[in-house]
Amino acid sequence: MTKKDMAILLTEAEAKALLTKVLSYSKADSCEVNLSGARRGNIRYARNEVSTSGALDNQLLGVQSAYGKKVGTATITEFDDASLEKVVRRSEELARLAPENSEYMGILGPQQYLKVNGFFDSIANLTPDARADAVAKSLKLTREAKLIGAGFMDDRNGYEAMMNSKGLFAYYPSTNVNFSLTVRTEDGKGSGYVARGYNDFTKLDPAVATRIALLKAQGSAEARAIEPGKYTVILEPTAAAVLLENIFFNMDARSADEGRSYFSKTGGKSRLGDKIVDERVTIYSDPTNAELPASPWSGDGRAQEKTMWIEKGVVKNLAYSRFWAQKQGKKAVPNPNNVIMAGGTQSLEDMIKSTQRGILVTKLWYIREVDPQTILLTGLTRDGTFFIENGKIKYPVKNFRFNESPVIMLNNLESLGKPERVVSTESDQNYLIPPMKIREFTFTSLSDAV
Amino acid sequence: MGAAGIMMPTLPAFSRSVSAEALLEPGLDVAVKKRLADAALNAAKSLGATYADVRIGRYLNQFVLTRENKVQGIINAESFGVGVRVIADGCWGFASVGDARNEAVVAQAAKTAVTIAKANARLLTEPVQLAPQKGFGEVSWKAPIKRNAFEVPIKEKVDLLLSANAAAMQNGANFVNNVLFQINEQKYFASTDGTYADQDIHRIGPNFTVTAVDPQSGKFSTRNSLSSPMGMGYDYLQVNPADKVTGVTTRYNKGYDILEDITSAAKQAKEKLTAKSVEAGKYDLVLDPSHLWLTIHESVGHPLELDRVLGYEANYAGTSFATLDKWKTKDFNYGSKEVNLVADKTQLYSLGAVGWDDEGVKTKKWDLVRDGTLVNYQAIRDQVHIIGEKESQGCCYADNWSSVQFQRMANVSLEAGKTPLSVANMIKDVKKGIYIIGDGSFSIDQQRYNFQFGGQLFYEIKDGQIVGMLKDVAYQANTREFWNSCVAVCDESDYRLGGAFNDGKGQPAQSSAVSHGSATARFNGVNVINTARKI
Repeated sequence: MTKKDMAILLTEAEAKALLTKVLSYSKADSCEVNLSGARRGNIRYARNEVSTSGALDNQLLGVQSAYGKKVGTATITEFDDASLEKVVRRSEELARLAPENSEYMGILGPQQYLKVNGFFDSIANLTPDARADAVAKSLKLTREAKLIGAGFMDDRNGYEAMMNSKGLFAYYPSTNVNFSLTVRTEDGKGSGYVARGYNDFTKLDPAVATRIALLKAQGSAEARAIEPGKYTVILEPTAAAVLLENIFFNMDARSADEGRSYFSKTGGKSRLGDKIVDERVTIYSDPTNAELPASPWSGDGRAQEKTMWIEKGVVKNLAYSRFWAQKQGKKAVPNPNNVIMAGGTQSLEDMIKSTQRGILVTKLWYIREVDPQTILLTGLTRDGTFFIENGKIKYPVKNFRFNESPVIMLNNLESLGKPERVVSTESDQNYLIPPMKIREFTFTSLSDAV
Repeated sequence: MGAAGIMMPTLPAFSRSVSAEALLEPGLDVAVKKRLADAALNAAKSLGATYADVRIGRYLNQFVLTRENKVQGIINAESFGVGVRVIADGCWGFASVGDARNEAVVAQAAKTAVTIAKANARLLTEPVQLAPQKGFGEVSWKAPIKRNAFEVPIKEKVDLLLSANAAAMQNGANFVNNVLFQINEQKYFASTDGTYADQDIHRIGPNFTVTAVDPQSGKFSTRNSLSSPMGMGYDYLQVNPADKVTGVTTRYNKGYDILEDITSAAKQAKEKLTAKSVEAGKYDLVLDPSHLWLTIHESVGHPLELDRVLGYEANYAGTSFATLDKWKTKDFNYGSKEVNLVADKTQLYSLGAVGWDDEGVKTKKWDLVRDGTLVNYQAIRDQVHIIGEKESQGCCYADNWSSVQFQRMANVSLEAGKTPLSVANMIKDVKKGIYIIGDGSFSIDQQRYNFQFGGQLFYEIKDGQIVGMLKDVAYQANTREFWNSCVAVCDESDYRLGGAFNDGKGQPAQSSAVSHGSATARFNGVNVINTARKI
């Protein structure tokens, strides 16, 4: 590490020392400080050429001061002593100006957190040359195949820490790399896509990933138009993730209790405890998962535990703010930092083999909520949509627009495959999601887009 | 994965928050900015750059967030820094630095940019071709604001939002979320062409969602504000009867009456709960500017961005059906003869208005579609040679000093009809139609053929009369079929702007603010679907 790296990326001891110093400036009733630092590197390419590349250092200190229930927050990006004191004073100034917030719950005392390893030297020590080499492997393949590659590789090495005047301290270092690639045929008639996300750079094989997008591009050219309607579909994990995350985003207890979410029921009740989807559906969060490690604490200091959200089709938990949990007499389960859906053992190939007539979907695009009452979503297929007949991929088909709810979809579940780590093409979040076969998935129109 | 939580709504990330008073401190004196800029330009030139530009930016933001009778947050943010872009050995290089208050620091950023350019030059097959641009000397531009939103006391803003929320609750709302965004970009641009442009850009965006709940049926509905984000100061929130468009519900031009709109919204959210569910089929659509702006944005603004057409956004924002070969025929029919679409970076009160773009080009207005035919794209200095133009169209933008500038959408608008036509007269002629007001759900494919749009308010038209409210409405169409089904556009007196702060593009993603104007327009025989589902 260079001297500059050291200033951006603090060790646990360095973070603790800095946070202690910030708290020493506080004159408020209570004070809580969040600190983060990250170094990101990226390469973007298009038309088989590197288009932009960059390195970005970010560090941020946020101070929340409270006088009773009057709360103010200020953040700063400078770390000299004068700036540290200034940001504390500014948060105190804002707290005095702010009206009382009756929902403010005060700060937490010391917490116990799970041990998580999300930090890998392979990314922490990544050099610009190694990043360029990885991209070069991908470009070599697309150029040799006379296909056109457009991709993005983005790596991050960083940490988050927090401390407050009641003695809470938390620190979590992590690394991450996301790689995505769209490969198109020169005539623009075929297009393929792949995305990979890891905490450990050694797990990323850009050549293997590139071959997937390359085969999809070649295989999707000369697509035939078939009638929109209800079809059995096999959603690859990348396609399934962007639908399912809309269920996760809606699992807030307060909205459900207030009667304004899918998770609300008649009579002012919520669906907590109800069976809402097929009994083979189990969705949980676990910061210690080795394939998808996540911070063991949430931004307000609450511990992240292994939490069941939907178990065998039944809603087991909704996320509660500390205020709403107290009001409702519930446990204040925080929003999770990762989401995992359990699956089966079938491979994608097995799932295709067992399909008489259906459509294989590589990726879904431009997902928007049409009706929050049912989580009805619309969007389109892209980058590899194929017709399956008698257990085999027969030919590529033109892209469809769909209008479907992930809740209805998980009630029409045929089978689940082996979960894979995926990167959401909508939110950039990483998940563990299995491929899934769904009957009666609703396609409403055709698109000429490739 | 960060500690922010997957299920938590996130606020836009702004760099550092400061007290309200600090936002009124003037930024650096223009003479100091010129000295800093010259240090960067001279350093770049001495290291072999054939072109360099520098942007010194101070970005101020304020958010006031409320729900019902509570203020949830008041956030003040300030970001200051310098971005230097160069061409060396025929290749672009870029570097940025925060809190750069002396010459040595910005000169170092220029050096880094040149080093990156020279390193990446090895990967190039074709050097950058930059369209020539004359220097304008020392110039300035200021948004036409009457009242600087940052000078308005926080209490006045809080009182306005809370009184609006109270009006909503008194009129039948169960919940209301109400937010006011204010933005001030103080941007200084300098380039080796000899332009030093000092610009002061202001934007404001009031925005609420009112929710009505029927616990017995378990149903809920929402109605969002019919406001638009604007390139204005706090004057946008001054009530002015001349800026009101009356009709089935009141809509607003350059002055927004939040109390009136939220009162209507509360009643309409309730009315929606029991409105008639639409019967799917073909309808003639009458689209209000508060709705049509988003359809223009997605189906015209984006496909006519030249970088998409060329494939630079293939892995993220997408490509375009409007390929160069179609444009070259000079006869590519984009829409009906009624359809005239213009790009304009000078339009008064628009979000995209500036005097000079982020590579020193004086902004202007140009045609994209004239009498239904595709005539041009949106392009910047390193692209215009591809479409045979000699100078850039001036639509280069970076969302921060730390981001590299690239081609972004200009304000793209549908010209008002030339013959006098009111909305009432347009509706009189419709036998079976739907009148749509406000923007809702939106989705379009990556080449901009197939789209689906919802809205806020839907009114059924039968034999020239509005007969009642509809719900569960969305329309699906193909871009060219849709614009060819345009049979009439109301006249200039109905022309209004809509827009958004957060148009996303690029990797890493950048957001830009853009407006789209139109008068109410009629589209015949559009496919409408029913979006209700039983669970």
